[in-house]
Amino acid sequence: MAKLKQWRPNKRNSHMSTNLKVKVWRGGEQGSFASYDVPRQGSQTVLDVVTYIQRHLDPSLSYRFACRVGMCGSCAMTVNGVARWTCRTHVAKVAADGRLEIAPLSNLLVIKDLTTDMSEFFDKWARAKGQFNGKQTRHDDFARVDPNSRERIAANAGIECIGCGVCYASCDVVSWRADYLGPAALNRAWTLVNDVRDTQRAERLRAVAGDAGCHACHTQGSCSEHCPKQIEPTAGIAGLKYLAAKAAIWGEL
Amino acid sequence: MMRTNDFRARKHPAYWAFLVHRVSGLALAAFLPVHFWAMGQAIYGEAALDEFIRFTDRALFKFGEWGLVVLLALHMMGGVRLLLIEFRPWSGLRKNWIAGALGFGAAAGMAFALALIG
Repeated sequence: MAKLKQWRPNKRNSHMSTNLKVKVWRGGEQGSFASYDVPRQGSQTVLDVVTYIQRHLDPSLSYRFACRVGMCGSCAMTVNGVARWTCRTHVAKVAADGRLEIAPLSNLLVIKDLTTDMSEFFDKWARAKGQFNGKQTRHDDFARVDPNSRERIAANAGIECIGCGVCYASCDVVSWRADYLGPAALNRAWTLVNDVRDTQRAERLRAVAGDAGCHACHTQGSCSEHCPKQIEPTAGIAGLKYLAAKAAIWGEL
Repeated sequence: MMRTNDFRARKHPAYWAFLVHRVSGLALAAFLPVHFWAMGQAIYGEAALDEFIRFTDRALFKFGEWGLVVLLALHMMGGVRLLLIEFRPWSGLRKNWIAGALGFGAAAGMAFALALIG
């Protein structure tokens, strides 16, 4: 990795301290915060801070990242109490007082330090019937979907999810009931319910209309507030509630 | 045990709206049995009910009644917001309704207080 340009105080940033006080979660489920001093750099991201600690202060620190540009969804952590994608979170935005507390995502099993076990998160996507199932084959012509149709617009609003787990980690309902499918899986179900090519609409509605599905959401909105892609899973969950209620009235559920 | 969030992850209006709706709902639900019991005094005749109503005609009960009016106003507006979110086309977390609910609750509280002292 190219060496980051050393941060130097100037007129614009002279209010910043030259060192960040960083507390990082070490250990698994049982663990504690360890403190590190990390040099402040210009345009520094939280992921830069974690990388600095691992490369210069303690190589035993475990964390996960891949793309560094907000596409892969693997570097999400809890930064000063809020779940965020660390590669695109500037230190200047979250550590005004020069202090950072970096912990693994909530609501997921901690493997070690900042790495969590995401399998339950993705298993719930499968439980919400998150797989596309079409009826056309490669020999058929392309499906034509009007970009201005209601369904396409609804699917568009949720389709950019990168599976980072920030919404899932931010949701209190996930903390309260372990089997709740969570905002990401329900958002995925909502995009597929609005995919006119998909053939599993009824099964999917049944999968998400149970006690642990869309009706468990209390509309706290933390998922929508914290999603780094500005997706609003609450919209999809509300849409699923509406469709499930309609299907129940017509005896289709 | 997995890690869970603290207040820092909950610092936004939609979460406060959830809290107000939940607390007001629980408080009103807790009041309902008392309400039914009070109404039930009518079974013992008009005099028994009147006597109970006269008994409640004092400052502490009036303050409680004022609290109930405020809770009802907040819970009703919060409920309308949730219905709009779930049954109308998506328009964000409808934070305008959160502000409106607070304003309506405050107005209802002040109007009821004025009626009490007037």
